[in-house]
Amino acid sequence: MNTLMALLIGILYASGMYMVLRRSMVKLIIGLALLSHAANLLIFTMATLRRDRPPLIGEGETALAAPYADPVPQALILTAIVIGFAVSAFAAIMIHRVYQTTGTDDLDQLHTTDS
Amino acid sequence: MNSLILRTTTGFLLSLLMLFSVYLMLRGHNAPGGGFIGGLTATAALTLYAFAFDVATVRKMLRLDPLSIAGLGLALALCSGLPGMVGGDAYLTSRWAVLLLPDGAEIHLGTPLLFDFGVYLVVIGVGCAVLLTMAEERGE
Amino acid sequence: MNLLLVAPILLPLLTAALCLLAWKSVRVQRWLGVAGSAALLASALALFAEVHVRGIAVSHAGEWAAPFGITLAADLLGALMVVLGGIVGLMVSVYSLGSIDEGRERFGFHPLVQILLMGVCGAFLTGDLFNLYVWFEVLLMASFVLTALGGERAQMEGAIKYVTLNLVSSAIFLAALGLLYGLTHSLNMADVSLRLARLNYPALENLLAVLFFIAFGIKAAVFPLFFWLPASYHTMPVSVSALFAGLLTKVGVYALIRVFTLVFRDDVEFVKELMLVVACLTMAVGVLGAVAQMEMRRILSFHIVSQIGYMIIGLALMTPLALAGTVFYLAHHIIVKTNLFLVSGAVARATGSFELKKSGGLYAAQPGLALLFLVPALSLAGIPPLSGFWGKYILVKAGLESGQVVLVVVALAVSVFTMISMMKIWSEAFWKPHPLGLTPAPVGLLNGPIAAMAAMTLLIGFGVEPVMQLAERSAQQLLDPQSYITAVLEARR
Repeated sequence: MNTLMALLIGILYASGMYMVLRRSMVKLIIGLALLSHAANLLIFTMATLRRDRPPLIGEGETALAAPYADPVPQALILTAIVIGFAVSAFAAIMIHRVYQTTGTDDLDQLHTTDS
Repeated sequence: MNSLILRTTTGFLLSLLMLFSVYLMLRGHNAPGGGFIGGLTATAALTLYAFAFDVATVRKMLRLDPLSIAGLGLALALCSGLPGMVGGDAYLTSRWAVLLLPDGAEIHLGTPLLFDFGVYLVVIGVGCAVLLTMAEERGE
Repeated sequence: MNLLLVAPILLPLLTAALCLLAWKSVRVQRWLGVAGSAALLASALALFAEVHVRGIAVSHAGEWAAPFGITLAADLLGALMVVLGGIVGLMVSVYSLGSIDEGRERFGFHPLVQILLMGVCGAFLTGDLFNLYVWFEVLLMASFVLTALGGERAQMEGAIKYVTLNLVSSAIFLAALGLLYGLTHSLNMADVSLRLARLNYPALENLLAVLFFIAFGIKAAVFPLFFWLPASYHTMPVSVSALFAGLLTKVGVYALIRVFTLVFRDDVEFVKELMLVVACLTMAVGVLGAVAQMEMRRILSFHIVSQIGYMIIGLALMTPLALAGTVFYLAHHIIVKTNLFLVSGAVARATGSFELKKSGGLYAAQPGLALLFLVPALSLAGIPPLSGFWGKYILVKAGLESGQVVLVVVALAVSVFTMISMMKIWSEAFWKPHPLGLTPAPVGLLNGPIAAMAAMTLLIGFGVEPVMQLAERSAQQLLDPQSYITAVLEARR
């Protein structure tokens, strides 16, 4: 499972980076979203994957029984997903506005502010 | 969209969905739910209403500007952390009051509920502000 | 204690909420913004006084003890940064009364500034790495909207570069957090520091340190990751770019200081060497970029980059004196750089252009403003006895004590080039007559914040002794992470 996840994360990072480096703005945004997904999966995997062990305290017990899935990374990912969602929404609106004002989707055309 | 069926059903659905969103918000403390999800449900209901009728009707129904609703929620959530500091504890420390009903049942009311309600309002406010603005832009 | 720590976060949030409630009335929002920033500054000063007298202040939100709860902690550096944030916030709020256009105000300029300030203060006060990420996102979201607000063509172009690079940096930060969590199973900085010291994986630690350096380096705009800054800062309204110039890159520098004094203490020699090289290149490349520019805010943007290099020097050397230099430099730089951007706005208002070729005649028309420009400009270049001189003097001395001759030579040469840039602005915008023969218009209210910040620069310059002592004390605190760790993990219940 770990190997599979590692491969998946690698593929996500690679494709995200590839998309970011493309010239199209839409692909740039997709690439950024892929990068944040990759980071989220990375956090998820780093906390050791465990099957069928939800971090719930059973009836009548006072503490968690030993092998259990770590709930902290899941909380982190949840936060990161919500933030990522907001950022993606903003980015989508922004490229829409950029397209409206500049009339192009090509990042190479946006060079007037470079020095 | 101009559909008689949608308009008729939306009238019923709106109140049902709003009630459901409040239910989701209230059960959020120890069960799946909470202010965020409740707020999203309410926003979805309002969006449905905007689909069936139009954006102006929804704006009129909300009375306040969506962003003002968000501001109100933000202020509420912020204030919910203050009672905890009265006894010298840290910000956001929970304070609870127990309400005894005549039939012996207990209702626990606490500052986290106020916080959740604040989040609920923020999500409705921001969600409606974004969606309604986008819908208006397309209508132009 | 609890109240003092949360106030710098809650006050801007409350102000933003009130601004949203008064969404329809721009005038109310304007004054709310000023009042909120003033309250923030007052609360920051109170926090600073508390930390100065009683040592590190800690508060655990909801009384959930560290390392599980949300920890807020302020040591001297953190409290000092919050005070500086308050100063910049107040100055920019007042300045924007006379400079920001009503269209932007209608679309939430004032609440966004407050949210940005909240994010900045949160980042300075948090004791938890994941919360640092969240505060970074809060301030980034506010800054994204402020960058794009207005929607002019140049602005949108600048915004897309700014947003992209910062999102990449956030993704790297998040990945680094994940790896760190996998290694230590904790995110509380104090706790992570203890756990890392017990582990013995130098290779992994170095890898993590480099990841954090890259993530914060992009935000702090160090070489070679600074390109977003000069491509975007000159496209925004002056109030916004002054706010960004004063605070945003400095949050990156602060995060670097925090992480490299507290979390990664040993075993990261590789990163220290990397930092030295990066500091040299940042200084040199930034200042050379500025020499080629003829637009006032572009020149200033490149100088931000070059000045960040100075701050990294102290961090890379990591001697008490060098670190004190970095703290001193941070304080000096935030005030001076914000002020220079404010001046650039006043110049553009008076002469009609940010382009140096198209402006002029300001000295004859407004000698007062010219004088007010000279204070921060000469301070930036490091002319004694202004604040910049002392900052550079301390860093150069620390460099010589550590035997880093190349570093010292670069730092001094960069100083000369900075002087050239400032003289260029002086002779073009102030000294030469206006190319179109216009008489520069008066700038009225804009002079207020500029004069106040120039006075602060003079105050730091002439009253250097207490400021220096403060910098030394905070450097000692930074170099003794044990006191921070004890304060956080064994806070009074």
